[in-house]
Amino acid sequence: MRKTQQLQAVFWLGLAAFLVWDFQVSAPVDLRNEPPLIAAGSGQASSGGHCSMAK
Amino acid sequence: MKRLPLAALLAAFFIFLALTVSIRQAVLMGVGVGMGAALAGARFGFTTGWRQLIEQRNPQGVTGQVLLLALASLAALPLLGQFSELHAALGPPSVSLLIGAFVFGLTMQIADGCGSGTLYKAGLGVPLNMGILPLFALGSFLGSVHLDAWLSLGQTAPVSFSASLGTGGALALTLALLAAVLVAVRLWVGAGQTWFNKRWVWGAVALAVLATLNLLLAGQPWGVVYGFGLWAAKGAVALGLFDPTGNGFWSQAGNTQRLTQSVLMDVTTITNIGILGGALWVSAKSPADSKPLTTQQWVIGLVAGFVMGYSSRLAFGCNIGAMLSGISTGSLHGWIWVPMAFAGTLIGVRVRRHYQF
Repeated sequence: MRKTQQLQAVFWLGLAAFLVWDFQVSAPVDLRNEPPLIAAGSGQASSGGHCSMAK
Repeated sequence: MKRLPLAALLAAFFIFLALTVSIRQAVLMGVGVGMGAALAGARFGFTTGWRQLIEQRNPQGVTGQVLLLALASLAALPLLGQFSELHAALGPPSVSLLIGAFVFGLTMQIADGCGSGTLYKAGLGVPLNMGILPLFALGSFLGSVHLDAWLSLGQTAPVSFSASLGTGGALALTLALLAAVLVAVRLWVGAGQTWFNKRWVWGAVALAVLATLNLLLAGQPWGVVYGFGLWAAKGAVALGLFDPTGNGFWSQAGNTQRLTQSVLMDVTTITNIGILGGALWVSAKSPADSKPLTTQQWVIGLVAGFVMGYSSRLAFGCNIGAMLSGISTGSLHGWIWVPMAFAGTLIGVRVRRHYQF
């Protein structure tokens, strides 16, 4: 295996491990409170984080 | 890995998200895959386009970026006027923005990738960008931790062209400013240049469509940096290294809530993962070629990646969150970001050349 491929394996395994760990330790997802598929026209203002936010 | 098993993995992740998180997040992951495939397939590098303009007087990359901004504005500004649920990317004009954008523009040349560039190149398997990504996340987190202190140096309220001029006025002003950018580029490159390149044009069209889909589905414009900072913040909290309750940024209700939720519920996280996946899919057929780096180049590149992450929070976004999303949704901060980042890039290309990247 070339060095770049080894690095790729470490990178993707690290990302996958982080996501699995995060999913395990975070609050359970409330599927009954699912956001609308399309925000536009849903009547629900979006509340996601964005890099333009100062707060 | 070949494309078919990769496509199967992405499909399995899509189904997992749809069943355990939400259908919206699953679809947004698909939008992210499209973004990654477009960025990597077209090699749509904001950093490269600026460097080619400066060093080779080649306007094709910047023309592609202006086309992307114009198309995204033509879609986003009327949608924002039509649907009250949608948010613009409004960052505050501030000392923090001036310094952050300048430093970001400088470091992105050394790191050879902005926020989206780092993502898609990491997905393609470029070693330096894979190494930079976790440091970018750490820098982004630290930038958000210090954001209040930076803002205390001076800021004004965010300025929305749509709120000031209405949708038509905001669109007219945005397109006029983009035309002015092309005039400035024409003055720099001179006559007889080829302005359009198929690769940049199809990349611009695809990314404009996908950015619009992101806005319609998520209710907010495309962003990259927030997700990175959230990943590092969650790690720091879990390790007991950071108390969000005492911090100006992370103690805000929305941010506190996102720290307790799975990152898979975060909009920018899910498109970031999609971008990585889309670029990986492209790499199966057209892998990236990158020359080996010396130890000194590795160290400089990684430090630049960390500083780039830090400055991206001070600047209220990278080429995506501040430039593309800011400008296309009528935010003044996007138009302050561009000249400051370009000024930083003028130095960054020299530093890059000095260290023979």
